[in-house]
Amino acid sequence: MKKISEHIEQINKSGRKALSIFLTAGFPTKENFVELATTVLENGADMLEIGIPFSDPLADGQIIQSSSQAALENGVTLKDVFHYCEKISAKIDKSRFLRDKPLILMGYANPILKYGIKNFCTDAESSGVSGLIVPDVPLEEYESFYNSDFKSLEKILLTTPTSSDERIKEIDQRSEGFVYCVSVTGTTGIKNKFDENVLKNLERTYTIVKKNKMLIGFGISNAQNVKTFAPYCDGVIVGSAVIKKISEAKTISEIGGFIKELSDACV
Amino acid sequence: MKTQTAYNFPDAKGKFGIYGGKFVPETLISALTELEKLYREARHDKEFQDELDSLQREYNGRPTPLTFAKRLTDHYGKAKIYLKREDLCHTGAHKLNNALGQILLAKKLGKTRIIAETGAGQHGVATATVCAKFGLKCVVYMGEVDIERQKLNVFRMKMLGAEVVPVKSGSRTLKDATSEAIRDWVTNVSDTHYIIGSVVGPHPYPMIVRDFQSVIGNETKDQLRNSENQLPDYIVACVGGGSNAIGIFYPFINDKNVKLIGVEAAGYGIDSGKHCATLTLGQPGVFQGMKTYLLQDANGQISEVHSISAGLDYPGVGPEHSLLKDIERVRYESVTDNEALDATLLLSKLEGILSALETAHAIAYLNKLMPTTNKDEIVVVNISGRGDKDLNTIISQIGEKVL
Repeated sequence: MKKISEHIEQINKSGRKALSIFLTAGFPTKENFVELATTVLENGADMLEIGIPFSDPLADGQIIQSSSQAALENGVTLKDVFHYCEKISAKIDKSRFLRDKPLILMGYANPILKYGIKNFCTDAESSGVSGLIVPDVPLEEYESFYNSDFKSLEKILLTTPTSSDERIKEIDQRSEGFVYCVSVTGTTGIKNKFDENVLKNLERTYTIVKKNKMLIGFGISNAQNVKTFAPYCDGVIVGSAVIKKISEAKTISEIGGFIKELSDACV
Repeated sequence: MKTQTAYNFPDAKGKFGIYGGKFVPETLISALTELEKLYREARHDKEFQDELDSLQREYNGRPTPLTFAKRLTDHYGKAKIYLKREDLCHTGAHKLNNALGQILLAKKLGKTRIIAETGAGQHGVATATVCAKFGLKCVVYMGEVDIERQKLNVFRMKMLGAEVVPVKSGSRTLKDATSEAIRDWVTNVSDTHYIIGSVVGPHPYPMIVRDFQSVIGNETKDQLRNSENQLPDYIVACVGGGSNAIGIFYPFINDKNVKLIGVEAAGYGIDSGKHCATLTLGQPGVFQGMKTYLLQDANGQISEVHSISAGLDYPGVGPEHSLLKDIERVRYESVTDNEALDATLLLSKLEGILSALETAHAIAYLNKLMPTTNKDEIVVVNISGRGDKDLNTIISQIGEKVL
């Protein structure tokens, strides 16, 4: 099992910010997903956040909703997701260049509960997954969801602009791997502009988060955004912009090119 | 019956037993906390309660009558049937009871923009109505399928000054409208209050909506005490999200001899796979902020469901109903689209009351219940709404029986 925090620490020590890329499992196709994920890693993603498709993704905007729907129409189940993770893990372990890059799962509570938390943890760990993000499980439901079946799987919690200082402290205390700082109030998606308040809040959150590394996500769409946010974090997460690129790209290398641009901005 | 002596839910964490809770993105937690704190104050604030009471009387038309249904009673020849007339509320359904309470909360919270989801359009109309009355901006999310089958209510909402946003995702019905409203709230939480229309969603909504709807049961209790000097033996109400049912059941939960029956939509039949019988056939899960019974597939994806009545067309149910099912305090049954359509006609012809198709599910259940009752018993049916909005659907389905 790869320690997410150690990996981010290594990247930061080399003078760079970490780049985490979100992909919807089994999108655009089941067949090419592992190849797509590998391309993304090879072009500079430091870790992958793999989205478990769900019929009703509350925290997601139109782009990720559509990809999730398409994946469900492709017949993607949690079993498939673990199968992809296993294959991607094998590629990571084989390559000197990719070594230590962690896999994280992001999914809503219900499919995980239906699969059974114990089974989920066992299968996640055996397919090389290091961490889990569940956007509809806030601190209030932490105890009811994250039971003792969670052992080595790191539980990554989120902060948002509406989280009080006090809550951010508690989220930092409970979070493992890193703290996921949501940049804006809203769903995932592509933002053109971030106002001054957004940056102020990132600064506030980054000052409070002490135990963990902090990655910023939601709305980050291009290399320019990455550069804007870099001073306020240890890394960034890009999702919707990548999914949009995947939907539009004619070749897989076009997607690779976009990841490389983002990675080059992570200085 | 396995009811606890003192029924006192939700607990401090917003749980009804194992159900309920706050399964929402972190962004919404501060708004939910603020709403809960304000509501707990308002609940004991005389000024707030007086203002609400006065609105309920002078604007909503409460108390609504409890009508003895003589010809319907004679039709079955068994227990006496009373109808609690929520169809006579201003705007034509029980939904305004909750919208009035919540708009007062929104004002206290200092919010300037109101959002709501709607299925049948009754909650959308109720919300648009209170926004018009209090001068707040109103945005209503409604699935495209429902916009088509409840056109009249869409027009009403627009006349009331609301913006109606068509929801094109998923099954394009109530569940998708609710998800879209939650996404709006996550985005605009600083100036926006979300008026949820049923006893669903994250805590404190199931509690707040229940409390505002409990006026139905409280009045029923008083009215029946005056007319019959006794409690009812049975109370029957339809259940989609479950707000009219909780509203009439809740004040009777500790009266253990009163049998409570919730009627779900069996659509084309519970074996057809096209229904909304969540408590009859669902399994517990987490959806739209709450843990509750859900219609879902083997992978935990939420099912696409069907009911002829847009207001019952929902794959979840209020978490308190999930608890009431498990502790066997309420019995949940289901009736089909066709049974509901026939019941609408029956009530029209025998009592001169055109009920909503949602309500018709409760009436239809009388066919099964009444033969088991005795002449000295009393049955109360909650007539949750009027049926004008459903005329297009009714004409297209059973027009030939009428004409």
